[in-house]
Amino acid sequence: MEQLTTFETAKKLGLLSEEFEKIKEILGRTPNFTELSIFSVMWSEHCSYKNSIVWLKKLPKESPRMLAKAGEENAGLVDLGDGIACCFKIESHNHPSALEPVQGAATGVGGINRDIFTMGARPIAQLNSLRFGNPTLEKTKWHVRGVVHGISSYGNAFGIPTVGGEVYFDDCYNTNPLVNAFSAGIVKKDMVAKATSYGVGNPVYIVGSATGKDGIHGATFASEDITEKSTEKLPAVQVGDPFQEKLLLEATLEVIATGYVIGIQDMGAAGIICSTSEMSAKGEHGMDIWLDKVPTRQANMLPFEILLSESQERMLIVVKKGNEADVKAIFDKWDLNCEQIGVVTDTKRLHFYYGVDEQSQAIFEQHLQDPTKTDISSLATFLVADVPAEDLVLGGGAPVYHREYSEPAYYQEYKKFDINKIDSNPDIKAVAHHLIGHFNIASRKWIYEQYDSMVGTSNMSTNRPSDAAIVNIKGTNKAIVITVDCNSKYVKADPEIGCAIAVAEACRNVVCSGGEPVAITNNLNFGNPYNPEVYWQFVGSIKGMIKGCEKFNTPVTGGNVSFYNQASSANKQQATVHDAVNPTPTIGMLGVMDDIDSLMTLDFKNEGDLIYLIGESQDCINQSEYLYSYLGIKESPAPYFDIDKEYLVQNVIKKLIKSKTILSAHDVSDGGLFVTLAEAAMPNQLGFEILTDKTKRKDAFLFGESQSRVVVSIKAQSQLTFEELVRSNNVSFQHLGSVSHSNFIIDNELVLETYNASTIYSQVLESMLG
Amino acid sequence: MKFGVVVFPGSNCDEDMVFVLQNELGLETVKLWHKSHDLEGCDFIVLPGGFSYGDYLRSGAIARFSPIMNEVINHANKGGYVLGVCNGFQILAESGLVPGALLRNDHQKFNCKNIYITPASTSSIISKGLNKNQALQIPIAHAEGRYFTDEDTLKSLNDNDQVIFRYCDKNGSITPEANPNGSLENIAGVSNRNKNVFGMMPHPERAASSILGNQDGKVIFESFLSLV
Repeated sequence: MEQLTTFETAKKLGLLSEEFEKIKEILGRTPNFTELSIFSVMWSEHCSYKNSIVWLKKLPKESPRMLAKAGEENAGLVDLGDGIACCFKIESHNHPSALEPVQGAATGVGGINRDIFTMGARPIAQLNSLRFGNPTLEKTKWHVRGVVHGISSYGNAFGIPTVGGEVYFDDCYNTNPLVNAFSAGIVKKDMVAKATSYGVGNPVYIVGSATGKDGIHGATFASEDITEKSTEKLPAVQVGDPFQEKLLLEATLEVIATGYVIGIQDMGAAGIICSTSEMSAKGEHGMDIWLDKVPTRQANMLPFEILLSESQERMLIVVKKGNEADVKAIFDKWDLNCEQIGVVTDTKRLHFYYGVDEQSQAIFEQHLQDPTKTDISSLATFLVADVPAEDLVLGGGAPVYHREYSEPAYYQEYKKFDINKIDSNPDIKAVAHHLIGHFNIASRKWIYEQYDSMVGTSNMSTNRPSDAAIVNIKGTNKAIVITVDCNSKYVKADPEIGCAIAVAEACRNVVCSGGEPVAITNNLNFGNPYNPEVYWQFVGSIKGMIKGCEKFNTPVTGGNVSFYNQASSANKQQATVHDAVNPTPTIGMLGVMDDIDSLMTLDFKNEGDLIYLIGESQDCINQSEYLYSYLGIKESPAPYFDIDKEYLVQNVIKKLIKSKTILSAHDVSDGGLFVTLAEAAMPNQLGFEILTDKTKRKDAFLFGESQSRVVVSIKAQSQLTFEELVRSNNVSFQHLGSVSHSNFIIDNELVLETYNASTIYSQVLESMLG
Repeated sequence: MKFGVVVFPGSNCDEDMVFVLQNELGLETVKLWHKSHDLEGCDFIVLPGGFSYGDYLRSGAIARFSPIMNEVINHANKGGYVLGVCNGFQILAESGLVPGALLRNDHQKFNCKNIYITPASTSSIISKGLNKNQALQIPIAHAEGRYFTDEDTLKSLNDNDQVIFRYCDKNGSITPEANPNGSLENIAGVSNRNKNVFGMMPHPERAASSILGNQDGKVIFESFLSLV
């Protein structure tokens, strides 16, 4: 075995002294470098969730629809009925995208899709949630162009449509953009593949791309702050090949369909070591792995490099013995590598061998065929690492920390905001122009037109815009209704309320599209967890998420935690909560539509239709885009939110859609009621004529972002039925006015012409990013 | 009439094309694997969209050398029908089955959106049954779709009525603003001289189903089916 290590080496690999001690205790000796590297990646935040798992365990996970519990499989699995399940998950690729936007984002897309098809599901739709810095900065433009190009080049070639998403810009993301990719796939319930390994003597295969030196220690890199020296870690960023991914997708689904697969897991973070240890721990078996057998891109890779490489488009597969030829034939058909690199044992340990000399190779070959009958004592000199699988993984021996947290001073400061000091009658035209032309509100066309949103011919939203994306499950009358949501300004102002709002808004988007919310996946993007104030944001967000998920009965199926999204000097202690990105717990929500006939759109349909606001207006402009960017006041609490009222509003929307009483539904979010009306008017180049509520502040009525409101339009003759239905469900409503020809008219004054509004709205990002 | 949809390893619109031919139009349709040397008796071959072999070099540049393409070229030379959509059009151009080349879009970006095309040729079965002034809303999704050719070829294309579709606005007017990628003369699709091989960048199969809320593409399929 190699030379033994010291604590100095452990520290360089990102391990704490107590962790180094624990490793020695587990092994009963001092680890060698390869073993230490193994522990350092497996116990990194990225793989072990050591600083978050205590809180993640508190999230609601139960519902009759759940087919796999959070963390149990590579992605969440939800029963859609009729023998069909949806497999979905969101994952971040923030750190790589900060340094190398194109490849960082591309491999994020690749990684999340592998999580889906490794379970036997064919991905049918992708979303992404992106955050960038100030769009006037050159660096931000580089980030945006690169990330969008990365997602587009990878996702388009892979051939799964990108059907929606969200993009926001804020100074807090200048150094640390957030790139969260979501994918959803469909699988027959009885065809789900597991990430496990068992059955002594079963062969272990590596399939797909060859292993190179890219992405080594990527998981460790993702578990620290971005510093001036981070660009030196560029080799920690992987490079993607969507063509290989497409081949891997088809071959994987074919091989799973044979029924010969015991277990399969994709290789993302921490590569071979992660898949071998997680699968072995789960199946309570061990593996003997012959590293010389791994197809590599270059000669003389060291054992630790082979083990930790994050080269993309690879899978580890454990096959039922006796079916090797059938499996190989499938990978041959798709011209992919398929090499047996190991064998399942009963040791519960992972033994990695390397540099096996010629005379010992025959023994090893024999051992791979039948580990019970071969004496391999002579191979001991080639053993480069010997580690227990269970101790490496989350839920096993990986460390678990209770981090301290404390309320930051800004939280109370924000609450001191006094709306009475703000003029309630701003220049409506000026605010309207500002909002329609604001980069956080204007059309995302420049971005989404670079994504293939239609491949697969199941995106039902292409020609019928809706609050969430609606994707037909081919060959059925069902659709999945999916959305990603998080207003991080709200979360910063109040993590608990802000995160509950994120869940509520995601639900509202699903409901307004005609879907029934069923489950969420989350992407928790925060700063450095060792900062107690950052950790307070994390804890508050979890509490809010619990509240939201329980109320709407949408359990958490899994997701991803991304800490260390902050720029800092080398000394972590000096960074403050304001050096971190806004706490951004992005909610990826899955809804189901049992009959595509209940699809609902957001656009106004005909001149003369009546426009109603469902839900209550509040005298609240907290954290609105109006207050934040028009008035430039960034310190205010989270907007008004009453979760019980929200529930009632969503409930009545469902009934209105089911009874076909409404023609459109669009929820009030960024930019307030005005923007909602504008967005409903523009698709068909219609207008609106409305009166404001004189009992409310005009600024709050039009531009406030208090929650739980939806704008709907109805035929004039449906008025009575409509009002009766809403009233009988104890929900407030207000008749605002009607759909008009081509102007935005408020209180009898022309605020904007639809054509002009559309022009401004559609050109903002293009003119900034070209 | 039996349809064969070629499946290259990186094809990603093959299933969509099969779905439309089989489920929406009720036609006998088979998939033809790129390594195969047999067209399985198909009368009409479709090269679908996608990224044939990754297309890292130049779209379609490698696909033209695949085993199945030898058979497709023979089939075309014998007068058999071939339709290439998007990547399929790029492969046809690389194979020399239709004139011209597809260059990178003038704006340099991949672009996926609804656009309008209007039928141009009155002698190709793919467009002659359509109303000449009609604007059909058909999606595009490509980075390399700028149709280009030399002046002589362009002239002969026009003289021989080989331009099958041009980009237009929603009223059917062929304007520079309606051109999504900088194609010469708004050309969205062309045929070979014999008018049995057709290439087009827009995806009619993405607009051929009621669940998508747009069936303009189905109109194209139905029109040529009524003529063959």
